[in-house]
This record gives sequence, C-alpha cells and structure tokens, in this order.
Amino acid sequence: MTHDSNVPYIGRATSRVDGPLKVTGGAKYAAEYAAPGLLHGYVVSGAIAKGRITSIDVSDAMTVPGVVDVLTHEHRARTAWLSYNYQDMIGPPGKPFRPLYDDKIQYSGQPVALVVAESFEASRAAAALVRVSYKSEEHITDLEAVKGQSYVPPKRRSGIAPPPKPRGDADDAFDAAPVKVKQQYRVPVEHHNPMEPFATTVVREQDGGLTIYDKTQGSQNNQAYICSIFGLSKDKVRVVNAFMGGGFGSGLRPAYQLYLAVLASQTLERSVRVALTRDQMFTFSYRPETIQTVSLGAEPSGKLTAIRHHAVAGTSHFEDHQEVVVNWSGLLYDCKNAKLTYELAKIDTHTPADMRAPGAVLGVFAIESAMDELAYEVGVDPVELRLLNYAEKDENDDKEFTSKALKACFKEGAERFGWSRRSPEPRSMRDGRELIGWGMATGVWEAQLMDTQARVTIHLDGTLEVASATSDIGTGTYTVMAMTGADMFGLPLEKVRVKLGDSSLPTAPVEGGSWAAASTCSAIKLACQALTKDLLEHARALADSPLKRARPEDVVARDGRLFLRDAPGTGVAIQDILRSAKLDELSAKGEAKPDSKVQKTHSSYTHSAIFCEVRVDEQLGVVRVARIVNAVAAGKIINPKTARSQILGGVVMALGSALEEETFSDHALGRFMNHNLAEYHMPVHADIKDIDVIFVDEQDELTNELGVKGLGEIGIVGTGAAIANAVFHATGARIRSLPITVDKLIDSPAFTAEP
Amino acid sequence: MTVTASDHTHAIPIDLHINNQPTRLEVEPWTSLLDALREQLHLTGTKKGCDHGQCGACTVLIDGTRINSCLALAVMQDGKAITTIEGLGTVETLHPMQAAFIEHDAFQCGYCTPGQICSAVGMIKEGHARTADEIRELMSGNLCRCGAYSNILAAIEQVMGANISSEKVAA
Repeated sequence: MTHDSNVPYIGRATSRVDGPLKVTGGAKYAAEYAAPGLLHGYVVSGAIAKGRITSIDVSDAMTVPGVVDVLTHEHRARTAWLSYNYQDMIGPPGKPFRPLYDDKIQYSGQPVALVVAESFEASRAAAALVRVSYKSEEHITDLEAVKGQSYVPPKRRSGIAPPPKPRGDADDAFDAAPVKVKQQYRVPVEHHNPMEPFATTVVREQDGGLTIYDKTQGSQNNQAYICSIFGLSKDKVRVVNAFMGGGFGSGLRPAYQLYLAVLASQTLERSVRVALTRDQMFTFSYRPETIQTVSLGAEPSGKLTAIRHHAVAGTSHFEDHQEVVVNWSGLLYDCKNAKLTYELAKIDTHTPADMRAPGAVLGVFAIESAMDELAYEVGVDPVELRLLNYAEKDENDDKEFTSKALKACFKEGAERFGWSRRSPEPRSMRDGRELIGWGMATGVWEAQLMDTQARVTIHLDGTLEVASATSDIGTGTYTVMAMTGADMFGLPLEKVRVKLGDSSLPTAPVEGGSWAAASTCSAIKLACQALTKDLLEHARALADSPLKRARPEDVVARDGRLFLRDAPGTGVAIQDILRSAKLDELSAKGEAKPDSKVQKTHSSYTHSAIFCEVRVDEQLGVVRVARIVNAVAAGKIINPKTARSQILGGVVMALGSALEEETFSDHALGRFMNHNLAEYHMPVHADIKDIDVIFVDEQDELTNELGVKGLGEIGIVGTGAAIANAVFHATGARIRSLPITVDKLIDSPAFTAEP
Repeated sequence: MTVTASDHTHAIPIDLHINNQPTRLEVEPWTSLLDALREQLHLTGTKKGCDHGQCGACTVLIDGTRINSCLALAVMQDGKAITTIEGLGTVETLHPMQAAFIEHDAFQCGYCTPGQICSAVGMIKEGHARTADEIRELMSGNLCRCGAYSNILAAIEQVMGANISSEKVAA
C-alpha cells in the first residue's frame, strides 16, 4: 500500500510495528539473552513471616554438580549500607526492602539465598537443599486485626495527591440528610501476575561494564537504583527492556531479582541470569487490601448533600505505600459537603505496589456501588442520578476541567447498550433459569504529562529514527512513537525506526499512570520541530537556496523534502541538505513538560461510562458477564486499534477483580496461599464474551499540545462497580466485598429468597 | 545440528525434528522440553509463564498436537517432530494465524502470544471447535493477562473462516 503523506497516521487504526517480531517469537524478553559462560541464579524463599535467620547450611547444596556458589546475607559482595541508597524513583516513604542484607525476616517469601550454578536445573535442584533455620517472632498479616490502629501517613508519597481538605460540613449534612446510604466495601489483595515472570540477565561486557536485560517498566529507574547500591557509574551500567511481558504496575519499582542478579555478577565476576518462579511472583508486589466506608446523604430527589469516604489500606512495616483511593468521590460529584480520608495500617507483608489504576479501582468501586445503592433508595435511574449530581468543575481542588465529555459517554454508551429498555426493579429480567442484570458505573483517571525527552534523527537514506528511554509494556508505545515521527516528517511507517527500552536513550520516566503516549509523543513532536528547524538552517545555507528567506513556521517536511507550506513546489530534498552539509545524519532533541500555568487553573482527567449485562444462574449462583459497553472520553486517540485493546484489557482485568481475583492469606503462617495460576483465578478465554469500546469525541486543547489523555488505566476503573451493580440488579443481592463469588451469592439471603 | 548439555553428568542423546530440522540433543533426564528449547537451542519464542502447565505460554506442537512443553520431559520426545513459533512462520513469511494476530491486534505485551498461536493452530487441527463459544472453551488453557481474548478470538475465527472457504489445513 502506498502511503499518502497528506493523510496522517494519528487517528488511523494502525497495526503494531513490533507485531511481526512478537508473533514469530523474535521479540526478546529479559530472560532470553545469552552470554558466554552465563550462570543461573535460583532464589531460595524464606519460610516464615517475621523473625531472624539463625543459620543457613549450604553444604548439601554445594555438592550438586554445577553449583558455583550460594549467596546469603553472610556471604555476598559488599553493597551500600544505608537504606537511602536503595530508594528508587517510585518508592513510597520508608526504608526499602534490601534483599540478603541481614538476618532479619520481614515477610513470608522474602529471598534468603541465591543459588548460582552453571545450569538452571542445577540451581533449582540445589536450592531445594539449602537449609535455613529461623527464630520466629509473632506476626500479623490480617488487615482486619490492625485496622483499628490505622494512621494518616506522616510523609506523603511523591506524585500521590493526599485527600483534599474537607469542604462544607459533611458530618452535619449527612446527619440531616433525608436519604442516607452508609456501607462498607472491601477489595482483597490482588496480584498483577503478568505472563512473563520477573527476570534479569546481567551480561559482563569486555570493558567491565554491565548490560542488564531486565523486566521493568523503567530502565533508568533501575539503572539509578543499581548504580546507587553498587557504587557504579552510569556509563558502566546499561539497562535494557526492549520488550516487557506485561507489568500492570508490578515493574515500576526494581524487583529483587535485579538486585540479586547484579549481586551475583559482582560477587562472581560472571554473567548471571535470575528468573523468578511463578510462586515467587507472589513475594513482592500486590494491590493492597482496602476497607472503605462510604456515606452518602441526599435529598429525596437524589441530589447529594453529603459525601464521606474513608479508606484503610494495608501497607508494610517498612514503607508507607499510598494511593489515591478516596479523592475520586469528591471529584466525580457536585456536592457542597465532602469529607474524604485515607489511612494506612501496617501488616507483616512486603510493601504493596501500584496495580493498574492504583487507588481508583478501589475507591471508584466503592463510590460507584454506593451511588447505585442510592439510585434504588430514591428510585432514580442510575444514569439520571449521575447526571443530577454531575460535577462541572473539580470541586476537590476548585479548578476547571481541561475537558470532560462524560455526558457523551453516558449518552453514547447507554444508546449502544440499549439501557432505555432496562426494567428498573431488581430480579425483574430473566431468560429461562438465568437472572439478567443490567448495571452501570462511571470511571475516572487522571490525565498526566511527565517530563520526557526524545531524540529524532534523519538519515541520508531517508529513514527517521525516533528514540526515548520510555518502555512499551504492551501498551503500543513503539507504534504511537513511529506514527508521530512518520506524521511529523510525512514518511511511511516503514521508514521510521523506533528505539526505546534502553537507559542510554534520552531521559524518560517509568511507563505507568497512563502518561507514556501523551508524554513521549509530545516530546517527539517537539524534537521533530527542532530537527525541521535545524534542517532549514542548513537548507538556507545552500547556494541558490529556494528556502533562503523561509522561517521555521513556513516550512514542512514531507516525503523526504523540506518545502514551503504555502508553495509546496518550492523546497529542497532532505538528502541534498544533508549531503551539502557533509552529514550522514542530523539529530535533534525535544523535551515535553507539563504546562504549570494550565495546571494552576485546570485539572485533567479521562472519564468513562460502563454498561454491563450479567447473567446469573438462579440455582448455582454462577455469574457470567454477557456483555459490556465501555464508552471512554480520553481526548485525542492516536491509534484506535491499540487504544481499543488497552480498554479491552482494562475491562478484562476488571472482570477478574469483580468476579474472580483474590490472593488468600493463611494468617497463622502469614503467607499467601494460592500463589500459582491454577488457584489465583483470573479471566480466561471462556470468561470473556462481548466487549464493546466507544471513544467519544473529546477535544482538549489544554491537557497537552497533542490533546492526548492516556488509556492504560481508564478501562479498568469503574468497570468492577458496573459488574457488581449488574449482579444486584439481576439478583437483588448486594455484594460489597470483592470478588463476587458463588459462595457469597449463595450466602446472601436476598439471593436465595423465594420470590 | 548437535547440542551438548552444559553439564557432563547424566546427559542422554535424543534426536528431534525441530521446525523441520533434524537436531541431536544431549539432555539430562529432568530437563523439560521447554528448558531444552529455550536454554540449549535458544529457541526463546516458546515462553515460560508458570512452569506448571497452568498458563499455556509454553505451548508447542508435537507431531501436530498442542502440548505444554513445560510438562514434557525433553528426553521423552526422542524421534518426535516439534513445531515451535519460530517454525510456523517468519517475519517475511508469516503463517496465516500469525498474520491474523497482527491484523486483529490479538496481543499486547506479546508474552503469551507464541503459545496462543501454537494453541490456536493445534486447536483448529483437532477439529472440535465450530462456534465462538467452543473456540473460547478450547483456548481457555492459554492465559492472556493483557486481556486480548476478544481479538484472539477474532483472529482465530478469521483463519477458520479462510480455511473453510479455501479448504486449507491450518498447520
């Protein structure tokens, strides 16, 4: 297909540029790089939740043929002393966990030794022979047991907004409200479970430098972490994450196998790979269990008069992990009185981590369930109730929205779903022995732009390279970067090469928070503008240059030419510009930054309206999600094809959260029990029926210069509430503790009541 | 091609036809087919997601039948024909299922993808799936945490439709 450079890629459904590599097995992930004499490290996981290691006997392990060494806290290379040196860019306040640092056990499954061997099989066999003795101390891993000792985190986590100051008097207003809803909601511990287990391959280069192939959402975050701990300079440490087999937040912070692999490599002066097992994937990051109370006061019409939302979330004893859980309630609805509070309680586990739409999945499930309860209380349609309380501005921070097309989401989503045909009474729709329920909810996530740099290079052969140290964790970053570069230089995609996932590239933040597309593509646009300007400088220097008097704003680059926008015939071939300047290539950099002026007066969020149909077996209580319509307002959509996939993925994970996912603890042992993919239930093919994604038109000229808001999180937010609300509509049973499993429905008097 | 196990001790020679290439391999009896493919042959397109037969990322075709290579010992495959994702097609000559996965955006991170594709090819050959629900059921051993299920279904349906119309066999 020939490319018409006048028709931009941005806005057109475009197949992934990295697709051919991924479908042929050519895309290489962290554990898939080879090196001469590569050693394999296997982690020995600790058996108790709290206490001390009294001894580690490695004598049997060392007899296994092929075993080279067993690293423990007593036997390892020197690393930094201070916990400060183990801080990473994303970590919350506190003292980060330091693997193999000393004899202290802080959580169950903590790595206590690393067996290093010539083969994977030898390391695995020997790991089973390492004998660790402990002195246990009493532990508590049950949030219920410590929620009474909750506290407001004394030091806030960078980048996480604390709850806004209360507005009005929510307590008085709630007491005086003619209609009240007050309920408790619980979301359990969930694990990210990306398909690729965490792994690191450390390759020792001939110059003494380390090339570290690592599973991470941020190569530069992990580069800085390793340099700080091992006292290495950045030019000796290169972290590469060209492909990442899923992150969902679990790879924002350095995972412990990175540290262990570098430690082994530094101790033994060999190249080393450490890959975690699936059960070890349950030993570092998870979505925290959160107990929330929402109190809504309203007029009989449904107009809100009071919102109170209180959350207590679990965190570790060594760090105060914080998320934005309760703020959404004050943001979504117009209400004069709002009191939002967020506290933590400490348990003997590893620190939780951000997991897809951290905080919002929790808080929006609670508020959107409560709003549904209010809708039945006052007898108002759930969509109408939300329109009645629609927030035209951000009342948390007293700012305008850069854009908010949520009303269009309600309208288009409801139409596509057929919401007007809903019978309002619970348990009033059925098909044979299946109860049918229709529920809806709102979703919201912040639209952010982070400081990001990019470099673009035009080559003599007419190709363009776009580069930034950002990551593509499956989100489609490679493709949107290529599309942006292609549009800026009017080139076919085949002529654009993308480099990302390498700490040696221009500075970019971790990929997370839905900011990568907006930030990286903005930086590429700026870099392309700078490159066009530099090309013009060289073009003007040509003898008899037709662009002698042209200003940067007058020219465009298209199809390998630089020419006057208003007189396309007047221009110069870019090849000729490079040749006369005796250049093989020409590069320019761009840096995107948030507009602090806009931020003073405006807030920027993505929104969605989710409509869901569930079918519940009347006798068995089995819930099936028959169809979901998710209508999203996220500004400009760069690539509708990968954008739709982002929303599909969010919806699927929300379905898991609503109906299937829970990591169970044995609190006596202080240990997660279902640490494998057979017993940690997450959605499979058979669970996923009809998902319909709508992107409503939303023009936003303020959020950033591309008008792009981001899509990684919005698909999951609110979708769990829509499912729970549909289950209520189907059955009359309100399940406020996720996941909504058969046992909870069967135990609910409303479900089993005879009609 | 002959590949020797990194260690000395209990290696047993086997002959495999991997992606139509006769391959002599020396493996220890406890080495899984998955680890032999990834570590000894550097065929890393076959993925390790759980090592317990719970996720399907390691799916390959043995004599045309889909199996979890993490649950198969390499030493037991002597004389077998094994097709991995690398043998189905290349970037230049994609298998129709690979092309359909790209067209329908049937993956995101790409880690479960080789297993999904091998599994889909094997499933079609089994000949049991006739409806969307049957495809969903018979593909449920292949997990995708990115949630690309709808698009994977669309890709498989497209290939099955093409097969029906042109009466071609998938694998």
